[in-house]
Amino acid sequence: MEASTYIKRGASGRIAIKMGSRPERIMKWTVTTLVILTVIAFLLFDYTGLDLTTAIPETLDNLKTMFLEPALSHFTWGQAFYQLGVTLGLAFLSTILGGIIAFFLALLAAANLSKSWISKTVRIMVAFIRAVPTVLWVLIFAIAAGLGSEAAILGMLFHSIAYLVKAFSEAFEEVNQGIIEALRATGANWWHIVIHAVLPSTFTYLLSWTFLRFEINFSMAVAMGAAAGAGGIGFELFMASGFYFDLREVGMITYMVLIFAIILEVFSTKMKDRYFPAAK
Amino acid sequence: MSEKTIKANRKWHTIFFVFLIAVMTFASITITDFNIFHGIATLPKAIAWIFSNMWISQETWERLPTILEKLLETVLVSIAATTTGTVVAFFLSLMGSKTTGRSTIWGAFARFVASVSRNIPVVAWALILLLSFGQNSMTGYLALFVGSVGFLTRAFIESIDEASQSAVEALRATGATYFQIVFKAVVPQCLPQLISWILFMIETNIRSATLVGILTGTGIGYTFDLYYKTLNYNAVALVTFSIILAVIVIELMSNYIRKVII
Repeated sequence: MEASTYIKRGASGRIAIKMGSRPERIMKWTVTTLVILTVIAFLLFDYTGLDLTTAIPETLDNLKTMFLEPALSHFTWGQAFYQLGVTLGLAFLSTILGGIIAFFLALLAAANLSKSWISKTVRIMVAFIRAVPTVLWVLIFAIAAGLGSEAAILGMLFHSIAYLVKAFSEAFEEVNQGIIEALRATGANWWHIVIHAVLPSTFTYLLSWTFLRFEINFSMAVAMGAAAGAGGIGFELFMASGFYFDLREVGMITYMVLIFAIILEVFSTKMKDRYFPAAK
Repeated sequence: MSEKTIKANRKWHTIFFVFLIAVMTFASITITDFNIFHGIATLPKAIAWIFSNMWISQETWERLPTILEKLLETVLVSIAATTTGTVVAFFLSLMGSKTTGRSTIWGAFARFVASVSRNIPVVAWALILLLSFGQNSMTGYLALFVGSVGFLTRAFIESIDEASQSAVEALRATGATYFQIVFKAVVPQCLPQLISWILFMIETNIRSATLVGILTGTGIGYTFDLYYKTLNYNAVALVTFSIILAVIVIELMSNYIRKVII
């Protein structure tokens, strides 16, 4: 970032002085705009039925009950683990299927491996899919496929594909162009190039990204259970809080999700350190 | 190890890995009761359904002002949650970072808070808060806020650790106070990264806000849910398209800002 002085003369011949470089000005603008929007947001919030003096102590009290006295009352431990397994299964299936499909699409989307019009088409499609929140995909599929694991997996799959295509194709584009050209010069066909040059040099990246997506899909799967009724631990969470008002059970479920998410995160951080220590 | 054994080892690793994935896939299919053929078969049906039913009809356009108002609410909630979350996350990350942290206990505390608030899904926060805050924007805002603090703290700690080692040392040598170090060395160096993370968080929050909205009955998520449940698919399409548009516009804007500042 370099600071520079812009000298421009106005209509009257005066020198207008603007300090700072373009990045600095843009940053200032961004921060100012965000602060203004935040203030507007707080002014426009719909505070219907909200009484902070009771809501805050009540929440703290609820949190205390939840986290200090967790217990299961509407289902057994076996069922709880089964439901956690369902959530994991949803996450796993959508990640693995998404990873496989995304791999092929990313080959089409990478600018150095594909024709430019194919690459652009795939990218635009993917950007469009990514812009729709996952829960909307799940709900839209739920109408056509019926509510259940199929809708949840298809919906999460769509998003996983969109996310992974972007990550994968960026990794493919970083493959040394020299290697590809060298192979091409020997008369290797497209599949040879993919299997012998692109895949070996990007495999660890692909693995890390896929695992990162698994982490995201796990929390997504919890959310789908709650919002779209796709089953699993998220649905139990929704029932416990929305129907039974059983805070202890909410606490227990939250703990289970939390512990599992932390295990996944530790694992994924380890993988990241191992496979891209020199990232950035 | 000779080349041969390495190759043999790698082969075994690959076979083991593929086998493990196959087993896990099978287990997942069993436990979730996912019929893969049915799944594939419904896909074209679903897409055909989307194309035949999700058209925006003339009378839906009349709902546009309401939808836009709700969309604006959602966008504002996401931005507010991100910016206020940034303030908290900034102080937590100062405590948690290796270069600016002063005591290990507070550092561990900051990391713990970040880890817990990040790993409890936003949905769980929404449901927990809904119990006492009721159906209003505040619930959605707080749920997003907690998640943002967790995520941003982790991201900020990484940026601060990466950027500021030498500058902090230099300022410390001149006898600068803690806050002088923070505001003259750490902040200017990390600011582009921090802003980039904030923009990313806003994008993420807008997507989660829809989800949170469905649960807490606020914003565009609630509008979607309402039309969805009353089978007004034309309006559902309009809501979906307006969300897509908002997300894409914000993504393009933040991509532009990121390109200029980094």
